[in-house]
Amino acid sequence: MSVQVSNLSKIYGTQKAVNNISFEAIEGEILGFLGPNGAGKTTTMKILTCFIPPSNGTASVCGFDVQQAPMEVRRAIGYLPEHNPLYADMYVRESLEFIARLHQLGKNTRSRIDEMIHLTGLEREQKKHIGQLSKGYRQRVGLAQAMIHNPRVLILDEPTSGLDPNQLAEIRNVIKTLGKEKTVILSTHIMQEVQALCNRVIILDRGQIVANDLTQNLQHRSQAKTTVIAEFTPNPKPANLQLIPHVGRVEQLGAKWRLYPDAEYDLRPDIFRFAIQNNLTLLTLLQEESSLEDVFRQLTAGREEQPQPAV
Amino acid sequence: MLTLFIKEINTFFSSLIGYMAMVVFLLTTGLFLWVFPETNLLDYGYASLDSLFFTAPWIFMFLVPAITMRSFSEEFKTGTIELLTTRPVTDLQIIAGKYLSAVFLVFFALLPTLVYYFTIYRLGLPPGNLDSGAIWGSYIGLLLLGAAFAAIGIFASSLSSNQIVAFLLAVFLCFIFYQTFDYLSKLNIFYARIDDVVEQLGINAHYESLSRGVIDTRDLVYFGSFIALFLLLTQLVVESRKW
Repeated sequence: MSVQVSNLSKIYGTQKAVNNISFEAIEGEILGFLGPNGAGKTTTMKILTCFIPPSNGTASVCGFDVQQAPMEVRRAIGYLPEHNPLYADMYVRESLEFIARLHQLGKNTRSRIDEMIHLTGLEREQKKHIGQLSKGYRQRVGLAQAMIHNPRVLILDEPTSGLDPNQLAEIRNVIKTLGKEKTVILSTHIMQEVQALCNRVIILDRGQIVANDLTQNLQHRSQAKTTVIAEFTPNPKPANLQLIPHVGRVEQLGAKWRLYPDAEYDLRPDIFRFAIQNNLTLLTLLQEESSLEDVFRQLTAGREEQPQPAV
Repeated sequence: MLTLFIKEINTFFSSLIGYMAMVVFLLTTGLFLWVFPETNLLDYGYASLDSLFFTAPWIFMFLVPAITMRSFSEEFKTGTIELLTTRPVTDLQIIAGKYLSAVFLVFFALLPTLVYYFTIYRLGLPPGNLDSGAIWGSYIGLLLLGAAFAAIGIFASSLSSNQIVAFLLAVFLCFIFYQTFDYLSKLNIFYARIDDVVEQLGINAHYESLSRGVIDTRDLVYFGSFIALFLLLTQLVVESRKW
């Protein structure tokens, strides 16, 4: 087990940033941390990288506890912090060399730097000041720094934020390649990224894990109940819509209606028949393409109305 | 740790900070020693470097905080501290790298003033007629004073992510520790009772004692513990993120 977290909590003052979470990550897996802002993604990552200690519980990386053996943990992980801090007055090569020396790579330093520059596509920028680079290239420098010592575990905090679509695809490819032999934990709030990259997703909300499942299972979970959007003229009464077989809940969206099935069932034929029977013209009949986004909303949005639990 | 040290030195000399610090120091001491009428050596007529050793601490009081003000402040501000502390280095190594590079810069600024020593050595009548012991003692004192100021500067820098705040705080602390204890010891409540103890708390008393040319272990222990105290305080502050 490359990363093992059990009953981990982090309390800032009176706020519980991370509340008693447990999970594991194995080698060859890309694990996505998903959650709204302030869900505890970054805090969890900071604990795993020994930047801050946990308030409670334990976390270990490659068998080393983050509190007992922080130096071994730091050697085993590559970390790309949020906002990707870099020394702006260093040259690209210089910064990589600096990090390589901190890891005491010795004779391998040069070859590792060349390899990283090649892997992240920085060949043309390698002689530039980091301060002169665009955001996408800085992100690559950050990734190169994170991977320079060939770590077994990569922890990437929002690795693709601020990239243009081309860069996005490239960086995702790099991460995907890495994920085959390493453990990659990445955080994001972009669902497509999780669908494109991750084998497994952990959805965090207010410091708690609300879902921890394989990506395809989660997607399946959302498709289990497919909603339909319909528009009729003249507009029927909601009570009449409830009479359509298998319709559970009805929601008005302006002139349109969103119909929720009460079980896994395709409502469209019944809606069509309903329109004919009641002499209504059907203007719209749309099955909603549901994705992880819906699961995410279902799991996290519902709790937003609840008052913040007092600690 | 050597890596960190070299990185800090590179930062000094790849920006203007390193050169500026040295030029400012040499220019001001040079002016005081050779040009300004009140303090200049040619009018004074004695073969001594007293004027340099009197003005240098006051210049260091502003210069050393200027050198050290960015060391931690900048890392906190840009978040690069996270880059450092999540690598296999201890906090103490990071502090030591930053501190030693600042001391090295102080040493490097002092080095060219040996030319003054040589000049006066030759100008003396007969040549070589000067108190070399006192001068070497003063140099050691000045270096230790610079090292003590650097420790204060690093500590001040760790307290704030704003460089200006760090600078002002460091200047203030340097002044307090350099001069204030001398003045305090002359207050009525201390005078003729514990005035010597109060005076010994300040840097100036030890600096002057060294500049007499006697390397007293008490002075060395004072400077050593002074520096250690401030570096440990820095470590405390840097580690406070973990609380």
